[in-house]
Amino acid sequence: MATDLKINGNQHQIDLPDDVPLLWVLRDEVGLTGTKFGCGVAACGACTVHIDGEAVRSCQVALSDVWGDVTTIEGIGTPDAMTAIQQAWVDHQVAQCGYCQSGQIMQAAALLAENPAPSDTEIDDAMQGNLCRCGTYPRIRAAIHDAASKLKEA
Amino acid sequence: MASVGKILRRTFLIGSAAIVGGVAFGAYYVSRPAANPLKPAEGETALSPFVLIDQQGVTLFAPRAEMGQGVMTTWAALIAEELDVELDQIRVLHGPAAAAYYNSALVGEGLPNKGYDISDFQHNLGEALGVLGRTLSLQVTGGSTSMKDGFERMREAGATARETLKQAAADRLGVDRSELKTQNGAVIAPDGTRIPYTELAEAAGQIEPPQVELRDPSNWRLLGQNLPRVDVVGKSTGTAEFGIDVRPEGLKFASVRINPKLGGEMKGFDASAAEQMSGVEKVVDLGNGVAVVASNTWLAIQAVEAIDVDWGDAPYPPETDAVFAEIAKAFDASPNSTMRDDGDVDTLPDGATEVTAEYTVPYLAHATMEPMNATALFTGSALELWCGNQAPTLIQIRAANTANLDKEAVEVHTTYLGGGFGRRGELDFGEIATKVAMAIPGVPVQTTWSREEDMRHDYYRPGAMARMRGAVKDGQAVLIDGKVAAQSCTQQAVQRYTGIPGGGPDKVLVEGFFNQPYAVPNYRMSGHIADLDIPVGFWRSVGNSHNGFFHETFMDEMAHAAGRDPLEFRLELAKAEHAPSAGCLQAVKEMSGWTGETPDGVGRGVAMTYSFGTPVAQVIEVVDEDGTIRIAKAWIACDVGLALDPGTVEAQMFGGMIYGLSAAVMGEITFSDGEVEQYNFPDYDALRMHTAPVTEVKILETNHHLGGVGEPGTPPSMPALGNALFDLTGERARTLPLINQFNLLV
Repeated sequence: MATDLKINGNQHQIDLPDDVPLLWVLRDEVGLTGTKFGCGVAACGACTVHIDGEAVRSCQVALSDVWGDVTTIEGIGTPDAMTAIQQAWVDHQVAQCGYCQSGQIMQAAALLAENPAPSDTEIDDAMQGNLCRCGTYPRIRAAIHDAASKLKEA
Repeated sequence: MASVGKILRRTFLIGSAAIVGGVAFGAYYVSRPAANPLKPAEGETALSPFVLIDQQGVTLFAPRAEMGQGVMTTWAALIAEELDVELDQIRVLHGPAAAAYYNSALVGEGLPNKGYDISDFQHNLGEALGVLGRTLSLQVTGGSTSMKDGFERMREAGATARETLKQAAADRLGVDRSELKTQNGAVIAPDGTRIPYTELAEAAGQIEPPQVELRDPSNWRLLGQNLPRVDVVGKSTGTAEFGIDVRPEGLKFASVRINPKLGGEMKGFDASAAEQMSGVEKVVDLGNGVAVVASNTWLAIQAVEAIDVDWGDAPYPPETDAVFAEIAKAFDASPNSTMRDDGDVDTLPDGATEVTAEYTVPYLAHATMEPMNATALFTGSALELWCGNQAPTLIQIRAANTANLDKEAVEVHTTYLGGGFGRRGELDFGEIATKVAMAIPGVPVQTTWSREEDMRHDYYRPGAMARMRGAVKDGQAVLIDGKVAAQSCTQQAVQRYTGIPGGGPDKVLVEGFFNQPYAVPNYRMSGHIADLDIPVGFWRSVGNSHNGFFHETFMDEMAHAAGRDPLEFRLELAKAEHAPSAGCLQAVKEMSGWTGETPDGVGRGVAMTYSFGTPVAQVIEVVDEDGTIRIAKAWIACDVGLALDPGTVEAQMFGGMIYGLSAAVMGEITFSDGEVEQYNFPDYDALRMHTAPVTEVKILETNHHLGGVGEPGTPPSMPALGNALFDLTGERARTLPLINQFNLLV
């Protein structure tokens, strides 16, 4: 039985078993590879996407449990039309290996949507589920503050 | 730098080759050029291309793997500096697997000298020996060597291209080359007319390249600046392609299970349940494990886990304690090396106080963010392989041998690496993907390891032990006699890569141990090789990763025994031996406002390790917050000789420290029943946003040689933290990880 999903504004019919996690639907079925596989147990945050604006670990959401519209890193901006938070990531040269950054950006975007001016402690609380083995944390923090102030001006 | 330049100019010629519609520029070794992987027209000079210009534009090749260290950007900048192109108007590619991209610096690193006291003669010898890298096809990204390797070669490639393009323009305009200038991808005629390089490329391909002079660093536009990374937009938009993201037409997905008793055989398996599962297309017998090909990765993982396998035993003691007992046994045998033996360590100087200590550090996993994976398409007569890797030529040979093909029939596409840290210099993920693809000829298959498979099938940083004996007198260190025991990564890797057993003195085992820049009159450092068959490999900073902890914790213990401030104690010994190292200690002293005193509830520790040509000193500050200890602050000073991109150097120093602190706090691979007991990030975690210290980095440039930056930030972090915890609690940290002894915030 096919499942209907709205991803980045587009409607998709997914013909896969109910228990396939959203992560693998996105990556292997729909071809949206910006969302990354890191651990499969919600311990690293690399697979973070939004469902109805809420940041979720897509490796833990079964296809049949997706309760709303899905937004991935590809849905918030493109290389030619980056969103403010992606531009802040570029301005602060955040990425090193870059593998975790889609998840970091999606987590930060959800934080800023909920809290337009987060303190350092609030950033710590929101971002500590997102692992980065390269250690880009100081620049992630700076980019979040920067994006917050740019979004405020806009 | 001048002496290095001289020998390189003697050793290398700069050539050009006509290609269809354009020209390629590069360097090749004078006696026997490696074949050009970019296939110049027949009869043309073979050279290693770093610059390719055709009607479409300018492409620079940075044949070092981009695993986050910024190498693509800095290599491109070295070329662009001389070629007068802007980084945002060119393409930068990894380049195919090819002997022409050998790493000349890596082999030079193997010489048995301390590094910091290297004479120009030895340094030149190291550079000259570097050509062996080509013979051995060492296209490797590792050993913090990329900038040492590329510094002269890339600028010469850029300068040669520039002057040849100018000559082409001079011929066209009927003027002398000296009357022309270059700017932003074009030759500028005396009347100001711009002739884009793309228009000159075809003619330039017919011209013998002129001799070139490199620009004086005072005239650099790009080098020495913080440059925008060429990969940053892709990595901020989810469009950068990692190995796990390649999607060739008709792709199938696979996952794998290899015997968790590492190196053990597979006696048999029952895949009947897996074969009935949704989406499963094929079960593949890998000999020492099984794989399942399915319609998506998750289905493949579920199915491969449903296979009932009868695993044979591991060829090493099944429990951690027995493993370390075996490592300790190595102390009883004669040492594999004694690379430092100054003065007389057997006699305790009159009036000196003896200090002894024993240290133990665990096995460690690399835990790259992107789990191991590779994608392969086997057609019967050829193989295409896509993966993030640190050694494309080696993986090409391994895949060719696996598929019984000639090396030339294997095409390797190197993607971005979702972390390397040494793990992606191994060849297993490429070999497994090749075997899986061979089971379904004509169909591309991506074989992705689960995190659990990745964590439990690493080439681990070896567990290691040290026995240290020293003596202090009148507030000074007068004797250090150290022994380190561990498995040899080098010998095992030589066996893996070449099939020939490795032997001889293992410098990697004792790096960071025998070659530390302290003036101690009686100083002997030996390495003992433990005879164990646990798979071990190169983990960011390799031997330095354990030896830095051993050496610098012991320095702290000696300072304490001597009644001295640990920073002043080191500074005095370093000043007498190696000024850049002393400079780093002095810098962290000033940055941190080090007084030797800390308020109640605050502890500070210092450590310094010289590795990969770069001394790095770190001060770490810990605070006790209601019984929980938090790593609050850090100060790092490094002397890299020349910072080609300070932003990248700073990121690497901080990242290297975080990688080391993660291991020091909580990194531990243990064994039970022959299997690794850690499965995933919940039991092998790392520092996160809330546990990473606020850090200040200072980059010094007094060092005589260009030093590495990717690894040297890691070794001093572990002892600096242990020493800070001693300062805070009075308890000495002699075993890692520290979470087993201290109530650290995680």
